[in-house]
Amino acid sequence: MNATATKRWDRIAWSKWLLFPAALLPALLLLQGALQNTLGADPVKALTHATGLWALRFLLLSLAMTPFRLWTGWTGFIRYRRMLGLYAFFYACLHLLVYLVLDLGTYWADLLTDIQKRPYMTVGFGAWLIMLPLAITSTRGMIRRMGRHWQRLHRLVYVAGILAALHFLWLVKADLREPGIYAGILAVLLLARLWPKRRARGTGPVGAATTSRK
Amino acid sequence: MPVFQDRHLKPSDLTDERDFLNRRKLIAAMAVSPLLSACGQANSEAKAAEAAAAAKPNPVPVSPEGVPADAIPGLKTSPFSTTDALTSWGDVTSYNNYYEFGTDKSDPAQNAGAFKARPWSITVAGECEAPGTIDLEDLLKPVALEERIYRMRCVEAWSMVIPWDGISLAEVLKRFKPTSKAKYVRFVGLKDADRMPGQRWPVLDWPYQEGLRIDEAMHPLAFLAVGVYSRWLPNQNGAPLRLVVPWKYGFKGIKGIVRIEFTEKQPPTSWNDSAPDEYGFFANVNPAVDHPRWSQASERRIASDRSVFNARIATLPFNGYAEQVASLYSGMDLSRFY
Repeated sequence: MNATATKRWDRIAWSKWLLFPAALLPALLLLQGALQNTLGADPVKALTHATGLWALRFLLLSLAMTPFRLWTGWTGFIRYRRMLGLYAFFYACLHLLVYLVLDLGTYWADLLTDIQKRPYMTVGFGAWLIMLPLAITSTRGMIRRMGRHWQRLHRLVYVAGILAALHFLWLVKADLREPGIYAGILAVLLLARLWPKRRARGTGPVGAATTSRK
Repeated sequence: MPVFQDRHLKPSDLTDERDFLNRRKLIAAMAVSPLLSACGQANSEAKAAEAAAAAKPNPVPVSPEGVPADAIPGLKTSPFSTTDALTSWGDVTSYNNYYEFGTDKSDPAQNAGAFKARPWSITVAGECEAPGTIDLEDLLKPVALEERIYRMRCVEAWSMVIPWDGISLAEVLKRFKPTSKAKYVRFVGLKDADRMPGQRWPVLDWPYQEGLRIDEAMHPLAFLAVGVYSRWLPNQNGAPLRLVVPWKYGFKGIKGIVRIEFTEKQPPTSWNDSAPDEYGFFANVNPAVDHPRWSQASERRIASDRSVFNARIATLPFNGYAEQVASLYSGMDLSRFY
């Protein structure tokens, strides 16, 4: 590696250290709000909504890294993908915990009924379940051990994204504008993946575009 | 059938308005007072005072003279009140579902400020002997307004306890002499997208519509509110006139009423039109019948302390008013007529 390349990777590593606490900030602000009673009339609802929204935002951000790379040609984006994905899982866990512990509380057994009876809960919980093995297999060792299976497993993130967007759309009473924006962004990010592959089909194997992921 | 319940809140339970206003000054004075021995002690006493003040329901904000600028004069107290602790004035007036001013809970308080709720007139029509258009002032003139503390249960599974001020719906309706053909009462809210910015988006088919069967409307618990916490209704709470039906989900309580109509047939209602499988015409609070998205077995009470550790409470049939209203529905399958 020559000197300029080393410098560039250093810059990426440094920015990852900036990103890490920045991504934690929403959780810290929510904790502060909960402790100081500044989350509004229904603080549990506010916590549920905010943690869910941040889970979706980080999921979309992690899904944006590949299109960003395709659009800009800068492969550095991929270096942020795992951290963003893990943050999505982190906020999804908070979301589930807030619902289970703070919202349901002693009615926690209702979770099973909710998942069974309410479609938006079924897909929401499904999204979390899908993210669980992805988070577990996100270590470098697992990537090495699983080989090409790793990538096949991690393609499930597309399903998680669709379920998460559906979860949001489905729980809204009448005004679909806000969840609609997120669903729209997701659609763009997923479609962006199809586009360059179709273009590449004539020149080489489909997998060629993804070799830089490692 | 015991229709009446004890009023648990006596005037002596309320923090005096002046004390509330001066609370911070009192606490500050205590904290810095040289007469108090240790700082730690002063601090803990200040905290205790603040906790005591917070535990009591917040009195309404008042004008500098100490009397609310928009206080309703001559309110009589009503025996139709619950024994639950009040939701604070701040939460009652800032956490609202009023899609005419936006779909977020905080939108109505933010967007309804410029709304002019006076002058206001209500048109009464349909199957009655004395239809016509009447000014709100004339509608209110013949009766003394009363305060009723009701539980309010939203279909989204949260609830409040609200001191409404207004008049019995039956008293108002009788004045227009409904005929024997009047089987239902239809209510229509204001449609004016210039004044109600939320109506620029077709979230619902505007204007908002609601309805009651005539016997429900004539029940002594059915109420027309013109105030809350002894003040005229803030715009975000449905000024100047709204319906309050405490044994039904909150969305039955149509706000900004401009038209009341006696009908022979069951009138259309906004949420039922929007999603008939989710919102019935009756919309009685029923822990046994779930909404597709919310279990109705329990609810989160919007409590004054806003603690995230407030436990859910069990939802009662007819929101706890079963003794008074269950007979209205005898013989009906309430899982079908939800």
